[in-house]
Amino acid sequence: MTHAQFLASLTPLTSAIPAQQITLQPIDLIDVCKILSEGGSRLISLWGSDERVLNNRFQLHVLLMTEAGYLCLHVPLDASKPHYPDLSGLFPVANRLQRAAFDLMGIQAQNAPDQRQWLRHGAWQTEQFPLRKDFIANPVSTSEMDDYPFVSVAGQGVHEIPVGPVHAGIIEPGHFRFSIVGEKVLKLEERFGYMHRGIEKLFENKNLENANQFAGRVSGDSSIAYSWAFCMATENIAKITPPDRALWLRALFLERERLANHLGDLGYLGNDVAFSFGFNQFWILKEQLLRNNASLFGHRYLMDRIIPGGVKVDLTLDGKQIIEEESLMLEQNVATLRSIYEEHAGVQDRFIGAGKVEPPLAAKLGMCGLAGRASAQAWDARVHFSCAPYDKLDVKMATYRNGDVAARVIVRFDEIVESLRLQRKILVNLIGGSELAHPLNALPANEFGFGLVEGWRGEVMVAVHTDEHGQLARVHPHDPSWQNWPILEHAIMGNIVPDFPLINKSFNLSYAGPDL
Amino acid sequence: MYQTLKQILNTGIRTETPPGVDESLRTETDRLQHEILAAFGGALAIRMVDAGSCNTCEQEVHALNNPYYNLEGLGIKFVASPRHADLLMVTGNVTRHMLTGLKRTYDAIPAPKLVIAIGDCACSGGLFNDSYACCGKVSNIIPVDVVVSGCPPTPTAILQGILTVISTKPTAK
Repeated sequence: MTHAQFLASLTPLTSAIPAQQITLQPIDLIDVCKILSEGGSRLISLWGSDERVLNNRFQLHVLLMTEAGYLCLHVPLDASKPHYPDLSGLFPVANRLQRAAFDLMGIQAQNAPDQRQWLRHGAWQTEQFPLRKDFIANPVSTSEMDDYPFVSVAGQGVHEIPVGPVHAGIIEPGHFRFSIVGEKVLKLEERFGYMHRGIEKLFENKNLENANQFAGRVSGDSSIAYSWAFCMATENIAKITPPDRALWLRALFLERERLANHLGDLGYLGNDVAFSFGFNQFWILKEQLLRNNASLFGHRYLMDRIIPGGVKVDLTLDGKQIIEEESLMLEQNVATLRSIYEEHAGVQDRFIGAGKVEPPLAAKLGMCGLAGRASAQAWDARVHFSCAPYDKLDVKMATYRNGDVAARVIVRFDEIVESLRLQRKILVNLIGGSELAHPLNALPANEFGFGLVEGWRGEVMVAVHTDEHGQLARVHPHDPSWQNWPILEHAIMGNIVPDFPLINKSFNLSYAGPDL
Repeated sequence: MYQTLKQILNTGIRTETPPGVDESLRTETDRLQHEILAAFGGALAIRMVDAGSCNTCEQEVHALNNPYYNLEGLGIKFVASPRHADLLMVTGNVTRHMLTGLKRTYDAIPAPKLVIAIGDCACSGGLFNDSYACCGKVSNIIPVDVVVSGCPPTPTAILQGILTVISTKPTAK
């Protein structure tokens, strides 16, 4: 396929964000991805679908962000030999995504250097694939620890520290294998999948209301981002646009989710350098925000407030007043706390230089979201190819080049200031219109669509495929942690073991989200 | 330093009165004798395990440590090792991949021990009972003394559950 043929075969997707799609043969996949990768495209997600009942094949789907918008590649795969060429050489993030796609769907990246299992431990057998339509769950399969082949580091004085899955704090489970000399970390290898809940299978054939509940619980700290992305996907498929007021309210919810998480993280980052004052102060602010969420919208984390077609709750005039007062209170307190953090020699000594990810490495590995912006990866889905109402908000993106814990702290401080500004601008625009949703109950048959929003951690994407009856045949939620977890393995290298909790916290990645 | 002290003074004391005990949260009775519960004396060490939650329940458990709920002020704290714990707090519909981790943590806690299940997934299985990857509610795996439902339960509800599990039952008096 020539470049001209490729461009001519692109078809636009009806979508709230600029998106195109194309169907490719496996043999063309590498050439196309090479052109896209050289043109600066980034791989967002990769997943498989089982279409054997409909047309006797599997399909691989690859979503990329190109200079012209989002592009989804659909690659039909032979039902008896569902193979496709390995993409991890062009896009390193494909490594774990391809392994997960094999574990769940049995489609295989040929000649991939790393073919170890990723999400499968012991809950199902090697030759079983849970996302295939003919999968039968085996209730007797055990869940004893599997014998995962970690990469070991040899040499005089090298030893290993295994940590997890159960960690020392209040945190999700995952396993970290450190190879160290003295205090210095030579290598970190992550092993996840402990949180695998089979959520993609649970989406199948659910009605939209029920599926939306699952979307809001892929990763609870990003409930709004996932709900919005899922609803956007269904609205794109149904070719409807929610009322303006609903879109403004969605943006308000998303910024409040960002504020709550950034406030919480800044508190814990203080706590992790033994500055408990920071924890207490920031968590007072977070608690006040959550309480306002509960009193204004009926839920501290705003779960299930976004619905397909719109939103479920409105903001009253009194509510506007409460948010305005809260914004002022947050602005003043966060400014004071920022100067205290910046002038505290002990805090800065721990923050500066710890867990550094240089911009070239970040670019090569496809780092994204908040952590990416702290390593000069200037991408923010609220700025680039933004969906309504962000196209009217003129979001100011925070980016820094240092790529250390200090940079990730500063990005959070800057983004709090910006979210408070956006919140005010949203309140000004929340005038007129009382309609909250264009109800959406059914979807057209055999359609594909996706939604993508910038959650507090990074780009959250949900892809939706419908079957011949308009039912949900396949739903694939993608967490930005897929991109950034492998980068944490690089960030810790050469640092000392006691700095790991701090560096890990500065990324604050999700386990439940990518474990699916 | 001046600025830090000024901020502390301006903040004042935010801690609120803790909720009372709620007997209806109890699922197991007579598991621990009155004398043993009395020995806990209100002080308690908690080991927390996320066995399959979406991380929202964890957010609320974190909130217990903020100055409004001031858990440590009540003599209750989270500990890093199950060997140091009196109570196991579990969230989530137990995933098959966490089954071993949960059982081993429970076994590592010295007897007498208490278990509290937090959130709809841990109490009843929530939305995840039909999954090929999940084992259902926590009491399918280990004995549970108190359940606190909600998606997620508020910090006040979780605190009430903790205070209930360490209170002695009225019948034991």
